[in-house]
Amino acid sequence: MLEITSIKNGLVIDHIEAGMGIKIFNYLHLDKSDYRVALIINAESKLLGKKDIIKIEKDNFEDIDYTVLGLLSPSITIDEVCNEKIIKKIKPKLPTKVTNILICKNPRCITGVEKYVPHSFILMDAEKGTYRCEYCDEITKLSEV
Amino acid sequence: MNNKHLIDPMDLSIGEIDEIFNLAYNIINNPKEYSKICDGKILATLFYEPSTRTRFSFEAAMMRLGGKVLGFSEPNSSSTSKGETLADTIRMVAIYTDIIAMRHPLEGSARVASKFSTVPIINAGDGGHQHPTQTLADLLTIDRLKKGLVGHTIGLCGDLKYGRTVHSLIKAMSRYKGTKFVLISPKELRVPKYIKEEFIEKNNIEYVEVEKLEDVIETLDILYMTRIQRERFFNEEEYLRLKDSYILNEEKMKKAKEDMIVLHPLPRLNEIDMKVDNDPRASYFTQAENGMYVRMALICKLLGVC
Repeated sequence: MLEITSIKNGLVIDHIEAGMGIKIFNYLHLDKSDYRVALIINAESKLLGKKDIIKIEKDNFEDIDYTVLGLLSPSITIDEVCNEKIIKKIKPKLPTKVTNILICKNPRCITGVEKYVPHSFILMDAEKGTYRCEYCDEITKLSEV
Repeated sequence: MNNKHLIDPMDLSIGEIDEIFNLAYNIINNPKEYSKICDGKILATLFYEPSTRTRFSFEAAMMRLGGKVLGFSEPNSSSTSKGETLADTIRMVAIYTDIIAMRHPLEGSARVASKFSTVPIINAGDGGHQHPTQTLADLLTIDRLKKGLVGHTIGLCGDLKYGRTVHSLIKAMSRYKGTKFVLISPKELRVPKYIKEEFIEKNNIEYVEVEKLEDVIETLDILYMTRIQRERFFNEEEYLRLKDSYILNEEKMKKAKEDMIVLHPLPRLNEIDMKVDNDPRASYFTQAENGMYVRMALICKLLGVC
C-alpha cells in the first residue's frame, strides 16, 4: 500500500468524493503554493468505497474557506493538525448562498448573457445537495456538477 | 405592500394579494374615482419580445389611471441593439419614469432589472419562467366568478410541462385551503417533478394525473386550458391518439358542471372551439379584462398612490 507520511502542522482534507480531489486541489491553487502538499487519489474508504485525500503542510489555515470545500464535495471532513495531533475535526455545512462557484446550466438564464450578473445560488435541500439559481430557479444538484 | 417590485407571484403574501384584489374591486366598481390617481406618473413598457395583449393591458391600465406611457415593443428600437447592458438600460429608464413593466426573453431578467432600478419593476414575463400579473389575473377571475379562492377543484389541461402560466397558478393556488388539482396532459408533458414535490405534495394537496379531459371534466370547478403544440409530442402516433382530448368543444362542455368556469391565458389556437365562446361558462375574455384591473391595482400599490 502507498504510504504518505503524516504531517506535523497543517490540514488533512479527508473523505473527498473520488475524482473531486483534483478539483479541490485546483480550487485552492495548491499547484502554486510553496508548502508541501500531497494529493492522494482513489484511496480505500469504508464509507465511500474510494476517496481522495489532500494533506497540506502549513502553519496557519485561516485563509481557507471550508464551506466552499463542503460544496465541492459534501462528504468531506477536515482535520486541523498541530504538532502531529488533530486539534479540530470539521464537517463543513453547505453554505446557504454561493456566488460564482456553481454555474447556471440553463441556456435561457440571464446569467449566461449579461456577464456582469453573478452566478448566485440559494441552498434548497442540504441532504440532497440541491441549489436553486437566484435568477431563473433552475435546480443544480451538487452530485451532477 | 412590503415589496417594491413584483418579480415572482410568490413574492406576494396571501394578505398582499387580498389587498390588491380589494383595490381592484374598488376600481371595477368606481372607475371614475381612480381615473386621475396616477396623473403626472409615467409607466415605461420595455418589451424585448412582442406581446400585444400584455403590453396593451399594461398601457391601458396606466392610461385609465390618468398616467402616461412610454417604451418600446421590440428591442431593435432600443439601445439594446447597440449592445447596451440590461443594467444600463434600466438605470436610464428609471431616471425618466416612475415604474417599469418589462418583458424579456431571458429567464431571471426581471430579477436582474430589480437590482439596478430605483423605481418599481413589474415582471411582464421573463422567458418561460414567470408571468406574475397573468397569475394575478387568473386568481382575480377565480375569486370574482367562484366567490373566493378556497375549496376548488382545478383542472389544468394541455402542455403542463413547459407552460409557465400553469406552474405559477399551481404554486399560487397551493396556498389556498381545499384546493384539488386534476392534471390533464399526455405523459410526456406532465407537470415537472419539482413542482409536484415542492408545492403540491409538500402542502398535502390532493391531485390526479390523467390523459383525457373527457374522463374528468364533470369533476371540475375550474378548467384552465392551455395550448399544446404538435411538436411537443414524442411521436406522431401519440399525437393522433390524444390530440382531440385537449380540444374543448360543446360536446365536452355538456358533461361539465353548470357553474364550472373555463379559463385560458390566451392567445388560443384551436384548443377551445369558438362555439364554446357563447357558453356562459367561457370566462377567458373576462379573465383578460380582469388582467387590466389587477394591473391597475398593482400599479397603484407599487407607486404608493392608494
